[in-house]
Amino acid sequence: MTTVTPKNLFEKIWDDHVVVQEKNCPTVLYIDLHLIHEVTSPQAFDGLRNRGLKVLRPNCTVATMDHSIPTTDRTLPIADPIAAKQLDQLRINCGEFGIPLFDIGNENLGIVHVIGPELGLTQPGVTLVCGDSHTSTHGAFGALAFGIGTTEVEHVLATQCLLQDKPKTYEVHFDGFVPRGVVAKDLILALIAKIGIGGGTGHVLEYTGEAIRSLSMEGRMTICNMSIEGGARAGMIGPDDTTFEYLATRAHVPQGKGWDQAVTRWQNLQSDEGAAYDQTLSLDVSQLEPMITYGTNPGMGIPISQPVPKPESAQGPVASGAIRKALEYMDLEGGKPLLGQPIDVVFIGSCTNSRMSDLRQAAAILKDRKVNPGVRVLVVPGSEKIKKQAEIENLPDIFRAAGAEWREAGCSMCIAMNGDQLSPGEYCVSTSNRNFEGRQGKGGRTFLASPLTAAASAVNGMVTDVRTMLD
Amino acid sequence: MEPITTFTGRVVPLPIRDIDTDQIIPARFLKTIDKKGLGANLFNDWRYDETGSPRADFVLNHRKSENATILLAGDNFGCGSSREHAPWALMGFGFRAVISTSFADIFRNNCLKNGLLPIIIDEVGHAELLDASAQNEDLATEVNLLEQTVQLPSGRKAKFPIDEFSKKCLLAGVDQLGYLQQQSTSISEYETTHPRLVSTL
Repeated sequence: MTTVTPKNLFEKIWDDHVVVQEKNCPTVLYIDLHLIHEVTSPQAFDGLRNRGLKVLRPNCTVATMDHSIPTTDRTLPIADPIAAKQLDQLRINCGEFGIPLFDIGNENLGIVHVIGPELGLTQPGVTLVCGDSHTSTHGAFGALAFGIGTTEVEHVLATQCLLQDKPKTYEVHFDGFVPRGVVAKDLILALIAKIGIGGGTGHVLEYTGEAIRSLSMEGRMTICNMSIEGGARAGMIGPDDTTFEYLATRAHVPQGKGWDQAVTRWQNLQSDEGAAYDQTLSLDVSQLEPMITYGTNPGMGIPISQPVPKPESAQGPVASGAIRKALEYMDLEGGKPLLGQPIDVVFIGSCTNSRMSDLRQAAAILKDRKVNPGVRVLVVPGSEKIKKQAEIENLPDIFRAAGAEWREAGCSMCIAMNGDQLSPGEYCVSTSNRNFEGRQGKGGRTFLASPLTAAASAVNGMVTDVRTMLD
Repeated sequence: MEPITTFTGRVVPLPIRDIDTDQIIPARFLKTIDKKGLGANLFNDWRYDETGSPRADFVLNHRKSENATILLAGDNFGCGSSREHAPWALMGFGFRAVISTSFADIFRNNCLKNGLLPIIIDEVGHAELLDASAQNEDLATEVNLLEQTVQLPSGRKAKFPIDEFSKKCLLAGVDQLGYLQQQSTSISEYETTHPRLVSTL
C-alpha cells in the first residue's frame, strides 16, 4: 500500500506550478496573474524594450494606478509633474505591450490589492505576483501571492515565470472567539507584536483556526495583507464557503458549469489533515484587546490599555536601543499609556483597511458624533467600486457630517507619494500597514490601529479605546 | 551587470537593526522612471536636515564613507516594501555589498538580481567588524565571493551563504532572465498541460 504524504495549502499550489526544477537552480514557477502599478513597473518595461522582448501573456496581466494618483478632484490635471510623467509612462507601456489598464476615470480603478479580489481575478489556487510587498493580501483567497522587485516584474512580463527558492511554511493558528471591539487588524498586529517584524522571514504563513474561519473575506485580506510586516512574503488562508460566496458574483470567475468545477477544485486546496509545517504558533484571540503601535515598525505594538514599553525592559542592548530610538522619533515616554495621547490626523484607508466593512465600522462610530476640531480626518476608499457602494449606503454623508474628508480612491497617506501626507511632528492614528519613520510624510508619527480605533480616536482627538464607545 | 569575484572595500558601519526600505530610499523618490540617480537620496532623511544640509552625525556624511563599497548594517536589513529602488540607491552611492546578520526576503532577492552582494555573517564576526570599524576610520576588508568569505580583522575569514545559482550569475556578471528564457519550451509545455486559471481580458 502506498501512503500519500499530506500536503498543506502552500505545497499544493507550489507543486502545481513548478515548470522546471534543475539541480542547484531555483524553481521555475509559473505565475497565473500579474498585477502592475505605476511605481514599480517603468524600469521593467524599459528592460523589455532594451532586449527587444514582448509581454508573453498580456491576458494574465492587468495594470492600475494607485500609489501616486491624487485623491482630490481627478478631473483636474495632476499637479506633480513627476507623478504625472510616471502615470503617462504606465499608459504608454500598457498601450505598447497590450496590457489592460484601469486608468483614471475607469470604474475598475483602485488599489491593486483591492481590485484583484473585487474583480474576481484573485482566485483560490492561483499564483499571483505584483511589484508590491502587500501582494500577500491575495493569499486570503487561498492563492500563493507575494511581492516582487522590478527585475522580477520584468521576468514575469517576459516569461510568465519566476525563479524562486521554495520557502518554508509556518502555521499560525488563531483560536477562540473574537471579543467586542477587536477586529482583524488587531489580530494581525498582535501576531506581529509577538513574532517581530523578522519573525516570518523565509516563510509562507498559513492562518488557520476558528477565529480565522469566523472572519469575512475583507477581514481575512487585512490579516494576509500584513503578513509581510512579520517578514513573511506570503500569508494564506484555505478557501471555504465564505471565499466562494464572496467570489460567486465577481466578473472574472468561471460561469455556469465552470463555476461548479472550480469550486470542487478549490475545496481540495484545504491543507490535508496531518499536513506538516516547518513552524507553528497558536494564539488565543479571546484574550485580545484592540491593538495599537507606539514605535517605528509594525512589530512595536501593544494592547491599547497597556503602557508604552520602557527601553530598559527589553531583552538585550540591541532591542533596548531599537525601542529608545523609536521613542525618541515618536517623542513618547516609555512606561506611560498611549491612551489619551493627543493626535493631529486620522487616516482611514490603504490596502489594509479601505474596504466596505472597514468604512462601515468607521461610520458606525462617527455616526451622530463629531470629529474633534483639532483633528483632520481623511477617509479614502480602496477603489472606485467601494466609493460607489459607500455612496449608495450614504457613508460619505456620515463622514462629512462628522467633519471628516471623503476622498477619491487610492493609496493616499499610507505611502504619502501623492501629496496626502503628515507634516513633521504630527501624530496620526492610521489604519494603514507601516509606521516606519517618515512613511506618512517626513517627520510624521504613525500609530497603526483598526478602523474602529481610528474613528474613536478621531472623535476624542486622542488615542482612544473604542470599547468605551460601543453600545 | 559587473561581475563580482573578489574585492576590498572601505566599510561604513550602520549598526541599527530593522532598517526598512523607506529609510533606505523614502517613497517620495520613487516617482522616477529611471534606475539611475537614486544614490543622491540614499538614506535621505537620516542624511540631510530640513534645509537639505548634510547632518554631521550621520555616517554617510563622514570621511569613512568616501569611496566606501561595503555597508555594515544591523539585523533584518531591508525590511518593508519591495521597492528595488533600495538596492539601486545603495549601488548608486557606490556600495557593492551589504553585510548583516540577516536580510528581509524581497530586499535580498532584489540585491542578488542587481549585483549588490547581501552578505550574512555570524554575530561574532559582525560584532568584530563593528568594533574594528569604530576604532579605525579607514577600515577596509576583503570580500571573496568565490570562497564565500569576508576577511575579519582577527585574521579569521567569516563564511557567508549564497545559493549556487545566484553565485554563478554574480561571478559571471550575467542576469537571471537568460536562464528563464532558456526554459521557453518547458514553459510552453506547462501551458499546454495546465488550463489557464484566470484571464484579465
